[in-house]
Amino acid sequence: MNISVRELNAWFGRTQALYDISMEIPANQVTAIIGPSGCGKSTFVRCLNRMHETLPGTRVEGYVEVGSIEIYGNGTSPVEVRRRVGMVFQKPNPFPAMSIYDNVAAGLKLNGSYSRRELDQVVEHALRMAALWDEVKDQLKKQSGASLSGGQQQRLCIARALAVQPEVLLMDEPASALDPISTAKVEELLFQLRSQYTIVIVTHNMQQAARVADSTGFFLLGKLIEYDKTERIFTTPADKRTEDYVTGRFG
Amino acid sequence: MLKSQPTRNVAWTRVLADRAATGAAWLAALLVISPLIAIFGYLVVRGASAVNWAFLTHAPRPVGEAGGGIGNAIVGSALILGISSLLGVPLGIGAGVYLAEYGRGRLATLVRFTADVLNGVPSIVMGIAVYALVVLQQKHFSAFAGGIALGIMMIPTIARTTEEMLLMVPRPVREAALGLGVSEWRTVLSVSLRTALPGVITGVMLAFARIAGEAAPLLFTAFGNQFWNLNVNQPTAALPLQIYNYALSPYDEWHQQAWAGALVLIVLIVGTVCLVRLIAGRGVMKGTA
Amino acid sequence: MRTRFQQGLDELKGKLLAMGGLVEHAVDLAVRAYRDRVPELCEKVFEDETLINMAERDIDHLALDLLAMQQPMAVDLRFILAVIKSNADLERVGDQAVNVVQRVMDLIALPPAEMAADIPEMAAIAAQMVRQALEAFVSGNAELAQQVLETDDIVDRLNQEIFLAMDKTMRESPALIRQALDTVIIARNLERIADHATNIAEDVIFWVRGADVRHHSGLIEAQK
Repeated sequence: MNISVRELNAWFGRTQALYDISMEIPANQVTAIIGPSGCGKSTFVRCLNRMHETLPGTRVEGYVEVGSIEIYGNGTSPVEVRRRVGMVFQKPNPFPAMSIYDNVAAGLKLNGSYSRRELDQVVEHALRMAALWDEVKDQLKKQSGASLSGGQQQRLCIARALAVQPEVLLMDEPASALDPISTAKVEELLFQLRSQYTIVIVTHNMQQAARVADSTGFFLLGKLIEYDKTERIFTTPADKRTEDYVTGRFG
Repeated sequence: MLKSQPTRNVAWTRVLADRAATGAAWLAALLVISPLIAIFGYLVVRGASAVNWAFLTHAPRPVGEAGGGIGNAIVGSALILGISSLLGVPLGIGAGVYLAEYGRGRLATLVRFTADVLNGVPSIVMGIAVYALVVLQQKHFSAFAGGIALGIMMIPTIARTTEEMLLMVPRPVREAALGLGVSEWRTVLSVSLRTALPGVITGVMLAFARIAGEAAPLLFTAFGNQFWNLNVNQPTAALPLQIYNYALSPYDEWHQQAWAGALVLIVLIVGTVCLVRLIAGRGVMKGTA
Repeated sequence: MRTRFQQGLDELKGKLLAMGGLVEHAVDLAVRAYRDRVPELCEKVFEDETLINMAERDIDHLALDLLAMQQPMAVDLRFILAVIKSNADLERVGDQAVNVVQRVMDLIALPPAEMAADIPEMAAIAAQMVRQALEAFVSGNAELAQQVLETDDIVDRLNQEIFLAMDKTMRESPALIRQALDTVIIARNLERIADHATNIAEDVIFWVRGADVRHHSGLIEAQK
């Protein structure tokens, strides 16, 4: 499922956060969004699953097509969009009042009714894909989601997002709150998952973008400055601003 | 060196201040607890002797006859409190959810204001109001009317607590649910409320404990009954009411029963709250707050 | 920003240029030894060789450290890569100077003879190419580097001319075969020196323009 963005603009109240963003995000690849703080990368990604508008006073204009669906079209419900475009957040946020099992199954249970068998299968599959199954399989229903370590919590959130079988996975700085080993596990996960999902990852860690992404987009002050294959961005970027950023010439 | 001298003096005064503050805190705690202990102790002393199985399971006897008890009052209270909970808990939680999720407009401010005012209404006034609105229309006293009076009194506390607890659910938890494609209302009910449940239950129990001991609202609504009654459309006995009547009577035996009744009332209220906490606690996962 | 990194880059550049200086000096000594038939100069070249090898190792270590510790990207990454490659090329130039001097020692032991080969001229051009390539490195000047690429053709032609001339000499004057052979080899060494200078120039262009012009394939792209 590829994503086609055309002339996307977004506001927080009166302040404009994104200016005419247009980019083609290919299917079954990892696309990284990099840029300094406040450049709009998180806002951009949150526009891809209509989460931006859940904040009061926000506004979005433009076209975003996921597969063949225009997600801002008349009659498209944001809830439907979010079922097909999953999201993993910066700080792991498992549901504190639910067990590990319930956390992973939450997306399904809250959206429809499934048999116990079906849920068991989905939960195991999702946890295996998130490389968490072996660590929690004996504690599925007894332990709460919040009692795991930071890295495990984030993988739990990934499993939870995968359980509803989205076509696209958005990740907003998924490893920034994690230690290096957990980060490496999450990155390894991305490498395994890309054959089945289209992944967009926001990261302020350039080396991470260089490690995991096939294509990279550089944002600055709400505009898309350069978007190309990752190797090009990091060896021979076309725009001076991109070069200044990736070489650390400005913070 | 010069450095060590002043340090020693300063450290000494700091330790003294620290100890004094700790002592004051302990003293304050004791002062707060002591009335509670005093009351409970006094009740036990005055009333425990009259509490026996017969007392708990029999209806009152006419004056002059020995025996009798508060059995019908206990059952009556349970009935009335059940009705008030059926009214107060859903409305209270519903109002709390509304205020937390949509609480920015004029209507919300009005709701909050109304809740605060309602909270401050004297319980006797509440009783009279329900008398005028329900009892006079129905032309009879009833447990139903008593339940309404007490139920209305529950609403402000439950609403405010529910609102507070829901607002305390961190935004990331909501976002996680929204991100999964869960609709807004489902998120509130199944995620936010579920996360806030311990706090909400506390609010409900607070409200319950308050109204369980109210006698004034029941004076003109449930009215009281010397006999067993399970019909909600008839006047019904209630424990606080019975205690009130016994206490004001000129008979010593009834005074004794009043003390005993008060003791039983407190024990029942505390027991109910503890029981609910225990049951609710079982449903909370290991490792959650 | 990144003061520590910038200092590292400056140090790397400085070391490469210092090594370049050593190499240029060695080539200069070799040519003078040939022209003036002075054995002491040959000795000096052998000594310089040791210093040049040490410098090569030193530069490689510093470059490796910067790669590992500073995660350079884009232009910085290309710069360090260019340094590492030019480092190797400079060391090879040093080796070629030693090769020349070995042939000169041989010539000195033989009776002097006038050869139909203008070795000093060819050497001057090759030395100029090395100097120019290093200058291009100092200033990040891709145009200067390009001139080096163009000069290589001249050196190739001179090498070919000397080869043919020596071929004729060997057939006409068998007594001079040994000298002719030495001359051919010296010319070839000089041609190799010019090639290494060309490599360094290509590295400069890659660093500055991000264009891979190796083996003369991307000259048009580099001109953009």
